[in-house]
Amino acid sequence: MSAHANLERRRQAIYGWLLLSPAAVLLTLFAFYPSIATLWSSLFSRGTRRRPSEFVGGENYTDLFADPTFWLVVKNNLLYAGVTIPVSIFIALSMALWANSKISARGFVRTAYFTPTVLPMIAAANLWLFFYTPGLGVLDQIGSVFGLPSVNWLGQPETALWAIIIVTIWKEAGFFMIFYLAALQTIPEDLKEAADIEGASRWTYTRRIVLPLLMPTTLFIAVNAIINSVKLIDHLFILTKGGPSDASKLILYYIWEMAFAFFDAPSAAAMTIMVIAVLGVVAAVQFFYLDRRTHYQ
Amino acid sequence: MKSLIKFMDSFGAILLAIIWIAPLLFAFWAATHSTSDAVNLNLFSAWTLDNFRVAWAGAPWLKYFLNTFLLVTVILLGQFVLTTLAGFAFAQLRFPGKDYVFILVLMQLFILPEVLIVENYAMVSRLGLFDTVLGVGMPYMASAFGIFLMRQAFKGVPIELHEAARIEGCGLLGILWRVYVPLARPTYLAYALVSVSTHWNNFLWPLIVTNSPETRPLTVGLSIFGAPENGVDISVISAATLMSVAPLLIAFLVFQRQFVQAFLRAGIK
Repeated sequence: MSAHANLERRRQAIYGWLLLSPAAVLLTLFAFYPSIATLWSSLFSRGTRRRPSEFVGGENYTDLFADPTFWLVVKNNLLYAGVTIPVSIFIALSMALWANSKISARGFVRTAYFTPTVLPMIAAANLWLFFYTPGLGVLDQIGSVFGLPSVNWLGQPETALWAIIIVTIWKEAGFFMIFYLAALQTIPEDLKEAADIEGASRWTYTRRIVLPLLMPTTLFIAVNAIINSVKLIDHLFILTKGGPSDASKLILYYIWEMAFAFFDAPSAAAMTIMVIAVLGVVAAVQFFYLDRRTHYQ
Repeated sequence: MKSLIKFMDSFGAILLAIIWIAPLLFAFWAATHSTSDAVNLNLFSAWTLDNFRVAWAGAPWLKYFLNTFLLVTVILLGQFVLTTLAGFAFAQLRFPGKDYVFILVLMQLFILPEVLIVENYAMVSRLGLFDTVLGVGMPYMASAFGIFLMRQAFKGVPIELHEAARIEGCGLLGILWRVYVPLARPTYLAYALVSVSTHWNNFLWPLIVTNSPETRPLTVGLSIFGAPENGVDISVISAATLMSVAPLLIAFLVFQRQFVQAFLRAGIK
């Protein structure tokens, strides 16, 4: 009997590793090895034809810290995250509350909110170009009705990043809405009835009952929004290319530019490592801290 | 009072909805009118399909469509095979080291492929896959997210079915193929919709790995077509944009419920 169990155990182990191996190979090639290679190459100088690359330790990092563009890009990305995360969560919540209530044209409203989610970011950028173009764009046309001067939304440092932020919010709010919508549909009807009997106002009901029950969903969405604030940069390629004078440049775009336009792979690697570190902290916080604090049952 | 609140609710919701689809509506308007009419918002001007004709002639769109189609198919097939095998191993087999490997896999959820573009590019070149559809698709095939999703789906399969199939003399792979895969069909559908729409829309990685019209997907083709250096006007860009989003958009409008369910199922688990 024990020999049989032993055989069975060995068989499972062999099968287990065999089934895992294709995925393990690809994950190693395109996730684990590249992460380590990035860390490694961030510690070496940029090789040129005359001077081969050599070990420089943290020099690429200190060079970055001394680079004002790097800090500008970090600041831009923090502003990008700091605005897009709360605003798109707030809009997503409003959308979900509306799409879940008994209003007229509910089907149309839901479709309209969700549609940007299925569009590529590149296409979204092209659509918004029509709004932002100075002189011809829709925003300028509306402005001129009220006698406002033409504004080059994408061409001036004060507004370029905001124009980018608006496109991102437009793109992701509808996506986040569906998670709220699903969560709202799990809230039992009798809670609303009880609140009505107690004479609670709609605002009180929303604030004291709905919002706390939506807390786990909000955290799930927030983590996604944080990841998106690193990842969603495709529209930069169409709308601003990070300009004018780096005013709308975000970290991932800067990494791309470093590596594929300036051919400075070590600096790109150093930045990549910092991004991975930040994402790792987000992951750790989510796993060890928030997951425990948000399940009330 | 109550009806006033209800009216305000409907009004706000519909206003936001109109704002939300306005960019698409304007693009549609621009694409179906001559540039000067579009720009002046001349409401009574004539409709035209010329912009679509000009846009279609301006780039090898058919090739781009085929490339994108091929790309999403290759990725989806690769993902199905790899995540099914790995998800099954994690869900139903017991072997030493499983938990550690699973944590490693979960780590990939946070190391986004987008962030590793430099080294992944080097890897793809090393494998001789630069400027190939396979090179664009490969980094996404062993999706940690997919593995996790399949593991959850397989864990929900009653063990009695597994035992019954085994008593009938079914081998392990036979059980996977005949019992688990059919029962996980809704998860496959959800995952397929999410994967297809993600990779139909993906841009940065294909931009880096493709270098010719022979492999370039739609998104990259569209960005090159619309680049200011090419001096294309806004009506033509709108027409090209609508053309390239049309298949996915129409699919979404027709199968809306499935799409939303798919994103939910994929997101929440």
